[in-house]
Amino acid sequence: MIELLTTRHNPLVDPVLHVWDWQIPVYLFLGGWVAGSMVLTGYLQRQARAPGQSSVSNRLPWVGLLLISLGMGALFLDLEHKLYVWRMYLTLQPLSPMSWGGWILLLVYPVLALGALATLADGWLDRWPALAAFARQLRSPAAARWVGLANITIGIALGIYTGILLSSLGARPLWASAVLGPLFLVSGLSAAAAFAHLIAPDHGEQEQLIRFDNLFLVTELALIALFLVGHLTAGAVHAEAAQLLLGGPYTAVFWVLVVGLGILLPLAIQSLMVARRIAHTLIAPLLVMLGGLALRFVIVSAGQYSHWITP
Amino acid sequence: MARFGMVIDTRRCVGCMDCVIACKTENGVPDGYCRDWISQRLQGEMPDLRLAITSERCNHCDSPPCVTCCPTGASHVQEFGKAVLVDHDKCIGCKACLAACPYGARFIHPDGYADKCTFCMHRVERGLEPACVAVCPTHSMYFGDLDDPDSQVSRLIASSRHFVLKPDAGTRPRIFYLG
Repeated sequence: MIELLTTRHNPLVDPVLHVWDWQIPVYLFLGGWVAGSMVLTGYLQRQARAPGQSSVSNRLPWVGLLLISLGMGALFLDLEHKLYVWRMYLTLQPLSPMSWGGWILLLVYPVLALGALATLADGWLDRWPALAAFARQLRSPAAARWVGLANITIGIALGIYTGILLSSLGARPLWASAVLGPLFLVSGLSAAAAFAHLIAPDHGEQEQLIRFDNLFLVTELALIALFLVGHLTAGAVHAEAAQLLLGGPYTAVFWVLVVGLGILLPLAIQSLMVARRIAHTLIAPLLVMLGGLALRFVIVSAGQYSHWITP
Repeated sequence: MARFGMVIDTRRCVGCMDCVIACKTENGVPDGYCRDWISQRLQGEMPDLRLAITSERCNHCDSPPCVTCCPTGASHVQEFGKAVLVDHDKCIGCKACLAACPYGARFIHPDGYADKCTFCMHRVERGLEPACVAVCPTHSMYFGDLDDPDSQVSRLIASSRHFVLKPDAGTRPRIFYLG
């Protein structure tokens, strides 16, 4: 038996760490969603379903610009020393994923902007002939492939970074897992694919995206299993952390919202959609996105709750 | 170059909180916050109980996760004494260091930056002891160079049974407790 009494009472730290509120899960979700959108956009562009054709990849860069701006807004709201945020961009700290992330976010904008620019019809750019000429160049198959590759590369970096950001903070045992990066990337891909098939103008592409999303959801399930098994077999501290999701205070919300409503139910609905047993419905993609958001909330909150059990 | 550390004798500490008050006074720590604090650990089963009183603060770890995670370099290891410090003008208040510290030693100052124990480097640089060490009425706290085998802290660590907090966190803390 160990009874620990302390006189410490610092806000955000005691009785358990609670430094990150809604802003960080929302940012991680939106960042993952944009990352997934970039990868899908890149894939579709490299498939030559490119600007000029009726492809959802013409819409995703615009949505991405909006979402990443909202995400960065949430991130900014979380900062306690807001006026000093520019300090992020005076240095690159090689061991800090947050530093890498700051720079990756700066790369996201131009890459998304290139994709968005390529989708603009000539009429929109009449006032800026040089920009119009550049946009026409971007619409060439070769340029579209390069922009697509840039989207895929930056998208994967952004998606994985959102997980590594947490997993590098080893003082929180629940986050100390190398699976977190791939898990957040796949979850972002899943949310992006769900949203993309929700707004896809082309039926064939919509069906392809639903198949993609089903693949992402199954992969996400496998990664969640690996995440839990990894913790359960990594010693007492990590097993204790995993118990937060396996009988502890976050169990119900994790299994009901994240796994049940966020993965299994939409996977079943979307499988029926692919089998053409039921018509396309917006319920499944909305559930997938809700599940992705819930995953970030649960992991961020439970991770802060987890701690080293030795006194 | 020195590598400062601290030794605290739990057998002498009575938990009077003089160290806490001295720190708050010396460093102008705002009300409702603390850079150091007192913990009581009651361990064992009746009737074999053992009570240890520990004065705790930032451990100025040799492998400080708060430094590696910092995106701006605000958290850094100072060359003099290898103290782990925060440059307030570089800190953006992202709170990653608070999450990275297994000891909960950091907090966000009301002005927005991460704050914590500095080992009173402004005093140490003038040849004085940290305020908490200087005021301890039972002389249970010692401060000195861990790299100097003849320093009092090195000799105490070498000759006495000691422990550090959360050794399995892998941060190699530089505050050692006797007892």
